[in-house]
Amino acid sequence: MEFDNSQLMTILPEVVLMSGALLVLLVDLMVRDSDRMWPYALTLGTLLAAFAATIHVSGGSEEILLGGNYVRDAMGDSLKGALLLIAIPLFIYAREGLLKMDEWRTEYLTLGLFSILGMMIMISANGFIALYLGLELLTLSLYALVAYCRDSSKGAEAAMKYFVLGALASGLLLYGISMIYGATGKIDFPGIMQQLSADGAGDQTIFVFGLVFVVIGIAFKFGAVPFHMWMPDVYQGSSTPVTLLIGSLPKIAAVAIALRVLAGALESLHQDWYMMLVILAILSMALGNIVAIAQQNIKRMLAYSTISHVGFIFLGILSGTDEGYRAAMFYAVVYALMAVGAFGILIALDRKGVVVDQLHQLKGLNDRHPWLAVTMLLVMFSMAGVPPTVGFWAKLFVLEAVVSIDLWWLAVIAVFFSIIGAFYYIRVVKFMYFDKPIDDEPVVVGGAAQTMLAVNGAAILLLGLFPVLVFGLMKL
Amino acid sequence: MSADLPILSIVIWLPIIGGLLVLGSGDKAPNVSRWLALFVAVATFVLSILLWTGFDSSTAEMQFVEKAAWIPAYHINYHLGIDGISMPLILLTTFVTILVVIAGWEVIQYKPSSYMASFLIMEGVMVGVFAALDSMLFYVFWEAMLLPMFLIIGVWGGPNRVYATIKFFLYTFFGSVFMLVALIYLYFQSGSMGILDYHTLKLGMTEQILIFLAFFVAFAVKVPMFPVHTWLPDAHVEAPTGGSVILAAIMLKIGGYGFLRFSMPITPDASHQLDLFIITLSLIAVVYIGYVALVQSDMKKLIAYSSISHMGFVTLGFFIVFMIASNENAETGAILGMEGGMVQMISHGFISAAMFLCVGVLYDRMHSREISDYGGVVNVMPWFAAFMVFFAMANAGLPGTSGFVGEFMVILASFRANFWFAFLAAITLIIGAAYTLWMVKRVVFGDVTKESVAGLDDINAREALVLGSLAVMVLVLGLWPAPLIEVMDASIKNLVEHLAVTKL
Repeated sequence: MEFDNSQLMTILPEVVLMSGALLVLLVDLMVRDSDRMWPYALTLGTLLAAFAATIHVSGGSEEILLGGNYVRDAMGDSLKGALLLIAIPLFIYAREGLLKMDEWRTEYLTLGLFSILGMMIMISANGFIALYLGLELLTLSLYALVAYCRDSSKGAEAAMKYFVLGALASGLLLYGISMIYGATGKIDFPGIMQQLSADGAGDQTIFVFGLVFVVIGIAFKFGAVPFHMWMPDVYQGSSTPVTLLIGSLPKIAAVAIALRVLAGALESLHQDWYMMLVILAILSMALGNIVAIAQQNIKRMLAYSTISHVGFIFLGILSGTDEGYRAAMFYAVVYALMAVGAFGILIALDRKGVVVDQLHQLKGLNDRHPWLAVTMLLVMFSMAGVPPTVGFWAKLFVLEAVVSIDLWWLAVIAVFFSIIGAFYYIRVVKFMYFDKPIDDEPVVVGGAAQTMLAVNGAAILLLGLFPVLVFGLMKL
Repeated sequence: MSADLPILSIVIWLPIIGGLLVLGSGDKAPNVSRWLALFVAVATFVLSILLWTGFDSSTAEMQFVEKAAWIPAYHINYHLGIDGISMPLILLTTFVTILVVIAGWEVIQYKPSSYMASFLIMEGVMVGVFAALDSMLFYVFWEAMLLPMFLIIGVWGGPNRVYATIKFFLYTFFGSVFMLVALIYLYFQSGSMGILDYHTLKLGMTEQILIFLAFFVAFAVKVPMFPVHTWLPDAHVEAPTGGSVILAAIMLKIGGYGFLRFSMPITPDASHQLDLFIITLSLIAVVYIGYVALVQSDMKKLIAYSSISHMGFVTLGFFIVFMIASNENAETGAILGMEGGMVQMISHGFISAAMFLCVGVLYDRMHSREISDYGGVVNVMPWFAAFMVFFAMANAGLPGTSGFVGEFMVILASFRANFWFAFLAAITLIIGAAYTLWMVKRVVFGDVTKESVAGLDDINAREALVLGSLAVMVLVLGLWPAPLIEVMDASIKNLVEHLAVTKL
């Protein structure tokens, strides 16, 4: 395989991130347990540097390098940029939460950075090998993170479930990949695409079989119904800082691989996969929104809410149009922003020895800490898709995508379930604003986390007024 | 025509930004936030008067137009403009908001700055609904109304407020999302998000009916029409006085406005096809809900039902135009019906606001809305009784008050459509008088039998100012409605002509 030093420049973001992650690991050996400011500062610095590097290498036409395994294009640039930017508040909130839990260790930072590296590799994958490697790097880091609190039996149980089901999903994905590889003899996406369009009229049974497994594998990673079983348990079982990571950024990477595989490599099979996604989307929106109503645990509720959001993301992908793909990317980024905010607020409410994960613990938040309440209000209305928050535009764009291919009945189903969804989101608002507090302890939030939460909430509102600021960056 | 100032934008954003300032001022010095809120509300009203003085009533064209690209990828524009239909409603909004701010001056002690801020933000958003000419901009404002109202009812409302506000939210959210799908569909048919472009878009009958129904769900919930009215009595009863006033005086009008701006011009053939359906629902609202109002023991609930009944006149006036047009070639009859509906909307805005404020005055003193807790109020509160009786007369449609003008115009127009419509609509003059005056009789007149009533104080200067200004408006509009009708005439005429042309 030819290797050219100039290629290193293009993969600079990944290089920076990996060096940073390794450096954090090394620095940790040299600092005392009580003083983890250095690895923490280094983590944030790495993210910023990787973001700057992403901006630096972005622009221009598509570049394929590293033996055809890696692609840098507009879609990758925009998703990586969003990923790295949203990772910054994520780590700030996570530190706040881990400090409160007395679990503030460098492993979180290292594993977190590696999982982000995995996501970036997934986003940049131009073939199934790179995609699979990125995916495994991501999920292995996450398995370890779920079991991060060593003494928590719930965490261990969740990690076990996640690992077994995740491994199963990886297996299914690999099986599908092997079929497609066997049929085409190609492992890179452009090659598969060419091969498919070349024998377009021929027998496609093997492709469709492979496709089914690939779609299942992707649906597993997304957590789409009926492959969602792991999500509620993992969300609930993990400590909130870990749920924060699992519940937000990986969706951006998942959208990327869905677009690379379905919209890229297997585009000519659109007729076959779009119906699968329609079914997955309807089931996800239905089950996610309905079951979320019954939850008393906020993390579990947000898990089901995520499932319903995944349904909406699928609406964008299944349209098969560029507008739809952009809408799905936008949705995933917006979702990550909202999810980070939601879990960040739960972390802010945590106290030493008290974990906030029950709905009733939010009662009277408006009296206890009005600014946190306002932020949560914005996040909830945004998730419900009520203007003027950014969540509305995310929903609008995917709805436009499905209406544009004349599936207006699907749009009607989607909005119908979003009404059901609105109920449990406004129930959270009801607890915060209309009920009296049951807990008079003052809310203690660190300065950095508090500032970041304010920025997060403001971003949700501001992007609701000017969605173009982000939507304009979503390019294919 | 339009000054260089973007007046519409200012009238929308001044109260919203002012509201945020009031919110930021906190509750440490409640009087500061109160005066700031009042200042913002008055400034907005004064600015909105420029819309009236600068308005050219000879044309049906949109005026004070502002247009800027917002989301170019989907052709979404920040597009504002007003015509004779929306302009009076904007003035109504800015006027009533001042009264709401004054009315909540002393009553609201819990987080007064948030209360004032909610109403100011609400004001800006509602003006935005009336001024938006881009369907997505409209939808954003339309949904954004829910948020402050949800909090107003939920935070400052009565004992059953949580149930009422969630019901209110879900009902209206349910209505509006289907409208969203219809709007997106229209976007792909026309390639534009402009409401005015939808007006000229050709559509097949099936499409029209589906779109009409999607709009109908949204607007019928808002108006509210029978049988989707059940959120209103709950919301009204539980809302604080200011919330009830805004709900009745303005939010309900937004439903009626939606029919005029969306349903009828975008799907005229479907509106024609289904007009009997709407007329039937309107008449049910007028007659049946009138009887329901008669048996209420709670004053606010009674007025809430009376609102539904009066709004039935509005939809009746709008949808009989098709029948009039097919009975005879009388365009004037159609215009009469529609203008009657519009006058009824404005007039009901004043009267219902006044009625709710009257109940608010009593409630602030007695903390009860039950009719049976009162009696003989006139003996201790003569000034208040005078106002209450006057507004009750207006609510019953006494000639000389604004309540008479709209109802009379609609009944007159219904005669041209069908005698029985007019007959049923006219019955309401009797029922309306019955339930309003009977309530007044039980609350205001008679001897003081309850000790608690004996100790009541008459209205203070602040309350007198609020009720007095409304009384003036009701009288002026009742005696001399010509300026209002003149302003909307060109736009209504244009709309009626537009409806006569099939889009198939």
